[in-house]
Amino acid sequence: MDVERQVMEADIVCVGFGPAMGGFLTTLCRGLVDAEGAPVVESAAMPGMPPQVICYERADDIGFGVSGVVSRARGIRASFPDFDPAMVPMCTRVRQEKVAYLLDPIGVSRRPRLLRMKDRAIRALGRRLPWFAHEAVELPYIPPFLAKHDGFAFSLGQFNQWVGSEIMGSGLAQIWPSTPVAAPIIENGAVVGVRLADQGVDKKGGPDAGYMPGMDVRAPLTVVGDGPVGPVGRAIDDAFGMPPGHHRREWAVGMKLVVDLPEGCELAEGTVLHTFGYPEPEIFGFLYVLPDRVASLGIFVPSWFDNPVRTAYRYLQHWMLHPYLWRHLKGGRLRSWGAKSLLESGRRGEPFLTGDGYARIGEGSGSTNVLTGSGVDEAWTTGAQLAEAVLELAKAGRSYTGENLKAAYEARRRASWVEAEARTAEKARDGFTEGFLQGLVGMGLAGFTKGKVYWPGVSRRVYERIPSVEAYFADRIPAAEIAAIRTECAQKGLSLHDALMDRAGWPSIEYDGQLLISHQDALLLGGKVQANPGYADHVVFADPQVCARCAEKVCVEACSGQAITVDPEGGAPLFDREKCVHCGACLWNCSKPHPRDPEKTNVEFRAGSGGLHSVEN
Amino acid sequence: MSTGFHIVVCGGIVPDPLQTLEPVTTPAGPGLKNEMMLPAILDPWASHALFEAAHLAKAAPGSKVWLVSLGPKAKLQQVMMSVAQKAPFELVVCDGPAGGFVESADVAEALAAAIEGIPGLDTSRLLVFGGWQSASRGAGTTLQTVGERLGVTEQFQGVDRLTVGPDGALEIMERVDGGAYQVSVCQGPPAVLGWATGELPEPPNNPQVGMQNMRLIMPALQKATPAKAGIEGVTFASVDLPRQRRETRIVKDTPAEDIAREILAWING
Repeated sequence: MDVERQVMEADIVCVGFGPAMGGFLTTLCRGLVDAEGAPVVESAAMPGMPPQVICYERADDIGFGVSGVVSRARGIRASFPDFDPAMVPMCTRVRQEKVAYLLDPIGVSRRPRLLRMKDRAIRALGRRLPWFAHEAVELPYIPPFLAKHDGFAFSLGQFNQWVGSEIMGSGLAQIWPSTPVAAPIIENGAVVGVRLADQGVDKKGGPDAGYMPGMDVRAPLTVVGDGPVGPVGRAIDDAFGMPPGHHRREWAVGMKLVVDLPEGCELAEGTVLHTFGYPEPEIFGFLYVLPDRVASLGIFVPSWFDNPVRTAYRYLQHWMLHPYLWRHLKGGRLRSWGAKSLLESGRRGEPFLTGDGYARIGEGSGSTNVLTGSGVDEAWTTGAQLAEAVLELAKAGRSYTGENLKAAYEARRRASWVEAEARTAEKARDGFTEGFLQGLVGMGLAGFTKGKVYWPGVSRRVYERIPSVEAYFADRIPAAEIAAIRTECAQKGLSLHDALMDRAGWPSIEYDGQLLISHQDALLLGGKVQANPGYADHVVFADPQVCARCAEKVCVEACSGQAITVDPEGGAPLFDREKCVHCGACLWNCSKPHPRDPEKTNVEFRAGSGGLHSVEN
Repeated sequence: MSTGFHIVVCGGIVPDPLQTLEPVTTPAGPGLKNEMMLPAILDPWASHALFEAAHLAKAAPGSKVWLVSLGPKAKLQQVMMSVAQKAPFELVVCDGPAGGFVESADVAEALAAAIEGIPGLDTSRLLVFGGWQSASRGAGTTLQTVGERLGVTEQFQGVDRLTVGPDGALEIMERVDGGAYQVSVCQGPPAVLGWATGELPEPPNNPQVGMQNMRLIMPALQKATPAKAGIEGVTFASVDLPRQRRETRIVKDTPAEDIAREILAWING
């Protein structure tokens, strides 16, 4: 149905405020005025004024809903040569960094035979192994491509607030939170702006009380930085396709906590721990000690972890309870909680970076480096590079055609360290598609040979990897019992993961009420999740009939906020947007292909309002 | 003769109530742990007043709305990005501390001085709006003192509805003790109205309104003058959060009768 929409003109419209957009707007705003503060470029939308630069962010605050970071911050320091961590709350220098291999202290984890042998050898050597203690081995050496010794650990939420405040203080750009962008406006093969999400609509998007059609914001340049699950970037991919051979099949969901460490905790500020091996070998963990005895910690559950009941929350609790970590965490208190999807396809997930009227920056542009485990710095740098390009074009009076943007922006990016390191990393993790140990070896090979040698693997779509529940648990739970558990859970509207993990031997979590708490309490106390009224559901099932027949319902099992639940009456799962943290895990954690696009799944993730309300993540 | 109202909304900022708030003693007196890094929002009571002001201004041609706010400039800037899309207004900034520990007489003095300094303000058409209460640590006396300081004697607190009659008289429905309402009529402005929740829903975000507001908000923030407000002469014997017991349970589609029954059982038991 065509509806009349308000239209607004701007010079540059930006989508999503994260580190990439921070880098873009910081660099752009500095270049839009001369040393005396006079504009060097005039607005086309408002002649006589500086360019009108507007950024729309879905979250209700520009610091909501992002994650803890350890970063070498090369690009950030290039923008702020005098950067002092004391300027940003919850920011510190890295002072100590360790990588620890966690053994399985309870014997339930699914470990390849080789890994089990290795664990037995470690235990047999026991105290004679100098780095073995608390069921973990601290590696004596961190490969240089992984090390962040010279970097910072910080809360991205706090960093975004600080950067946003600097940008807004310049008066040269506006950042509007709580404003989801529904889609790009594409005319004659060019992006000519964006359409904001409709307000005053019902769950299905139909007009309701206070209906206000989303405004069209038209601009000669649209900067897309809405991340890997952002609707604008993905709609552009749908419209223009991906470069040959590029696809987005490698993902992870990161789930984290911000914790007040207990008094007497021995972890010093600036300590950075990376873990692997437990609760399942495929699950990596992190712990960064920030100022004031606060830690940012969590796990990554990757797309190549072939478990259809891949609940990050339960695994996060088992990870915290590992003796290597629990000795530091026991008595700690939850301050914040959150989750986010990471696009781990790297350069292979890179879309067309530019086109007529648009440019892509940040994680959604494939900038995250999966070998170095770094994304924020790369995202920031791509944003800064685009800003330099835009200033160059604007000062020369050249338009934002795909050709001009390619010459000005892509050329900068290709010539930079971001591209060089992305090429090294491009095949570094292919081995993980074949197995955990192959993946580790592949990373090492690629890292030490600058990407020349790697462990090959066959890329498969996530839904092609996911086995049935019966197949995954074949060696542990009889199919008949799984069927009974499934029936019982469905009747109660529960997901399967707790019941299956309990049955598989994982001990139940004894809540302590302050750090070990129920998933819902983490959502409400830590994530402070809420959604604004008057917006449509943003998680939609492309073909509900397919969902009705789906036995795995990975979307339910993987949902970070328990916002997707089994409908006790059958059919497609239910979605409660008031619990959604917008992590986007459902988008790729689906075992069924999209009816029209084999590179997508049966879950559509649209523009939506609300989400996390914590600014400490 | 000019028509319409000159509506000045007094609105402070408060920490986002969804955050974990922990009182601490700072060198500057009582405060909240990590207060400057907590996200802030416009005080919800003042938000209602602002929405009512915008609604009234729309219905009374020739009206204009100002939002006068005392708070740290950087925090006000952040809050304005969430508020400015909701309703058209012109911002007047008093750069100073925010929060209920600040002496309310100081706050009232700063706000009254800022209101008096608004160019072109016609006090014969003045309506001072604000929150009846505060979601922060408000003393509940600030708005009344602002009115007194401005010499406005018609004051109403706990307002839920304002109706303007054809003769320009103001019919005001206030909350009074015992869950009852009191309806008063005054001939017209000037008046002070401390709003309760009002009757209007939160308006949707309107980017065009935001753009219009922002043309005046950024200059207002840049030229904000420091306001003298603090806790000088005030001693706090103790500071504590209201004790609360949280039992989270999410249920949907439960009949109101069942909920009421359960609450009664909880109270009795």
